[in-house]
Amino acid sequence: MSSLSYREIAYNGLWRNNPALVQILGLCPLLAVSSNVANALGLGLATMMVLTGSNLAVSLIRRQVSEAVRIPVFVMIIATLTTCTELLMKAYTYELYQILGIFISLIVTNCVILGRAEAFASKNTALSSAFDGLMMGMGFALVLVVIGGIREALGNGTLFADMDLLFGPLASNWTLHLYGEGEGLLLAILPPGAFIVVGFLIALKNAIDSSLEQRKARTEVGEKERVSRRVRTTGVIN
Amino acid sequence: MTSTRVSSPHSHAPLDTRGLMTLVLVATLPGLAALTWNFGWGSLINIALASAVALATEAAIVALRKRPVLFYLRDNSALVTAVLLGLALPPLAPWWLVVIGTFFAIAIAKHLYGGMGFNPFNPAMVGYVVLLISFPVQMTSWLTPRGLLAEGVDLPGLWQSLQIVFPLPGDPAAITSALDGSTGATPLDTFKQHTGLLVEQIYAQEPLFSHGELAGFGWEWVNLGFLAGGVWLLYKRVFTWHAPVAMLTALVLMSALFYDGGSSTSGGSPLLHLFSGATMLGAFFIVTDPVTSAASNLGRLIYGAGIGLLIYVIRVWGNYPDAVAFAVLLMNLAAPLIDNYTLPRTYGHRKRGKATAKPAEKQP
Repeated sequence: MSSLSYREIAYNGLWRNNPALVQILGLCPLLAVSSNVANALGLGLATMMVLTGSNLAVSLIRRQVSEAVRIPVFVMIIATLTTCTELLMKAYTYELYQILGIFISLIVTNCVILGRAEAFASKNTALSSAFDGLMMGMGFALVLVVIGGIREALGNGTLFADMDLLFGPLASNWTLHLYGEGEGLLLAILPPGAFIVVGFLIALKNAIDSSLEQRKARTEVGEKERVSRRVRTTGVIN
Repeated sequence: MTSTRVSSPHSHAPLDTRGLMTLVLVATLPGLAALTWNFGWGSLINIALASAVALATEAAIVALRKRPVLFYLRDNSALVTAVLLGLALPPLAPWWLVVIGTFFAIAIAKHLYGGMGFNPFNPAMVGYVVLLISFPVQMTSWLTPRGLLAEGVDLPGLWQSLQIVFPLPGDPAAITSALDGSTGATPLDTFKQHTGLLVEQIYAQEPLFSHGELAGFGWEWVNLGFLAGGVWLLYKRVFTWHAPVAMLTALVLMSALFYDGGSSTSGGSPLLHLFSGATMLGAFFIVTDPVTSAASNLGRLIYGAGIGLLIYVIRVWGNYPDAVAFAVLLMNLAAPLIDNYTLPRTYGHRKRGKATAKPAEKQP
């Protein structure tokens, strides 16, 4: 694979090849934990950390590990980094760790991470691999936070509640109350709500992409016409 | 008597979707009349509001999808969804409840799956379940039937009902307190709450049962009304008998099997299950939906029986007092599978074929 520019890697991770909206990977944490912004951001950051670290490590040893044993080696690396993240969260954001619970350990099985290790990090240089991990993780985290925000607003009538679990007492008054509490659409917080919101986000992304493509096609056609007209005029003159 | 000879083809007047849906709308009238007599103006307001929202949503989405708007509005299917949802919702529910449920039914349950004829789930039931899961308090507050109200208390009149459904920010307290005197549990609710009593004791103790003839005062008339409408539809051959009869039979069999003579753990008599809750509305207006049910007659028997079975299971051993909507949605999910195994024999073939044929083996 020819090496991609950093700009392209960022565009891939955040938009064109977004792990949550295009590859539809890692749905288990995406759907289970995104009931509010704080949980979503917590898990998103944890995933981003593991993904960046694992991509870097996998890329560094890509010439030493043979084809036959690469998957167990990747999994070992990812498991180690996940355990590190888990211990970090236990130390600094213990309450959030208790809420997220098993989903932190489940980062090991998140397909995005193994997928990027296999598809990108094992074929590219260390620096661009780490950047790819960061961007893919950020794309995942962004979608997670957007879903968390929509579900929290619809289901609970708040935004940014419990952010102090993640950022300490500084964030204890960040909660926005949108309307009367406890009167929200409870469905949004329940599992079906997550599926419905993800579906709408995917549809929105596809709609934006297709409208961009149409506009691009229109301008290209316009340019072609201009070029061909010039050719024709030179041809007609006799 | 003249015997005029008519030459072939002896074709009947074609029954299109619009005509079919109009028949269904007319058939809900007896049930609606019983609901209005027993619980006041609420159901009529529900239906009017739901119809307006359904038509507006349908028109907006059909226009968004660049289809002919009038063609789809004229087939009355959105109206049927709205009326069924309006009948199922508790009377005098707040206006936003009706609006959210109807919008969800038309926009998400119907049109996101491809519109009329493509929806795998019954739209009215999806709307109902979304509301039941999201707003359990508002969805379970029914009124006491007219005949059981305490002396001096009456069901709110039309103007007062409108004030309750569309509360203004000014004076809500007095209006809702007027409603407090007339809310009450449904028969199935009552039955579920008294876990430690014999069936006889519940029937003697609760005015809802002691004043009723079959299964709860007021509710039995609502169900009889829907039964009458359903039988008329059957006579008009709007649907076949298979699915409703299978559903009611399964429900009766289950309740007879687990009645156990009326001990405190009894699941309730077959009469209670047949004539309370949404049984008859479900059997003749929901289960018979041609889009979301199984296609063949044998398939409809299985489909209906599954719904009857699930209604009993969820009513008696589940957390919710009534279960028609959940049972219907679960069997909607199973309908394609049932169709797959109950493909009718094609004319000219000895055996019925398989829906999913094996791909032909490649010639070497």
